[in-house]
Amino acid sequence: MPHDDPDHPHALLPPDPALRVKALETILTRKGLVDPAALDAIIDMYQSRIGPRNGAQVVARAWVDADFRARLLSNPMPLLRDLGFYGRQGEHMVVVENTPQTHNMVVCTLCSCYPWPLLGIPPGWYKSDAYRARAVREPRKVLAEFGVELPAGTAVRVWDSTAEIRYLVLPMRPEGTDGLGVDALADLVSRDSMIGTGLPARPEAA
Amino acid sequence: MTGPTDAAPEPVFAEPWHAQLFALTVHLNESGLFGWPDWAARFGAVLARHGLGRDLDGGDDYFNAWLETLETLLAEQGMAAQADVARLRAAWEQAYLSTPHGAPVHLRDGAA
Repeated sequence: MPHDDPDHPHALLPPDPALRVKALETILTRKGLVDPAALDAIIDMYQSRIGPRNGAQVVARAWVDADFRARLLSNPMPLLRDLGFYGRQGEHMVVVENTPQTHNMVVCTLCSCYPWPLLGIPPGWYKSDAYRARAVREPRKVLAEFGVELPAGTAVRVWDSTAEIRYLVLPMRPEGTDGLGVDALADLVSRDSMIGTGLPARPEAA
Repeated sequence: MTGPTDAAPEPVFAEPWHAQLFALTVHLNESGLFGWPDWAARFGAVLARHGLGRDLDGGDDYFNAWLETLETLLAEQGMAAQADVARLRAAWEQAYLSTPHGAPVHLRDGAA
């Protein structure tokens, strides 16, 4: 038996929940209810192919194309389907537009509902009790902790996601971006700006 | 909760078991074993119960609640009884403890 590492003569024992997950997977695979290759494909998709770049493309296009923007706000699903940003947990999207009067912010107070096809898997803080409880109760304070200071005249509107309806924030296009194309604009669109806990980068800072 | 988070991108899944559990649940949902609204309602209830005494972080706490939700759901549906899960869990633990470091870990034939 090779013992390269005296501290680990045997394979490193995973934590208890990891073993319970393996147990479930084994039971369900033996029953033919689960295909391990399908699990790997799902993980790969969310680790490397689906993420906030998708949402950023949509936002950037809405900034340059008024007709696209109007359709995105009024009836987004046909558009998103055409773009291939359609799938599980993104079947019923609502896009909410930031304006000088209203800043939008998204939360899921129930669990962690999130538009997977456009933003990927939610970050840890989105799933934390701290954010889920406080986003509704004291949104301005939460925004300040994210470094977002809004003018006093801007109202904050918080959207609570559900298992059926997911929200995407369409942030305001930053100033000084007149000459930029869609790809350069998309680079300015952070994940947090599409949740409403951030603002798009300024071109010089991107 | 931390401030601006885009600067240093975190991994999509902090732990391999988070990813496995996520994929398992999505796969079972897609094969029609349960609907997502039902899942979200159950998961939300478990999160709320776990969060009564303290603030849950969005990492291990969150996926521990997720795992409990899935275990309960599968036990209720007769897909994976609690006793079977406990037996397979022990078998996997034994497999790790008896596999040399660095070698792939497999359940022994006929285990559990």
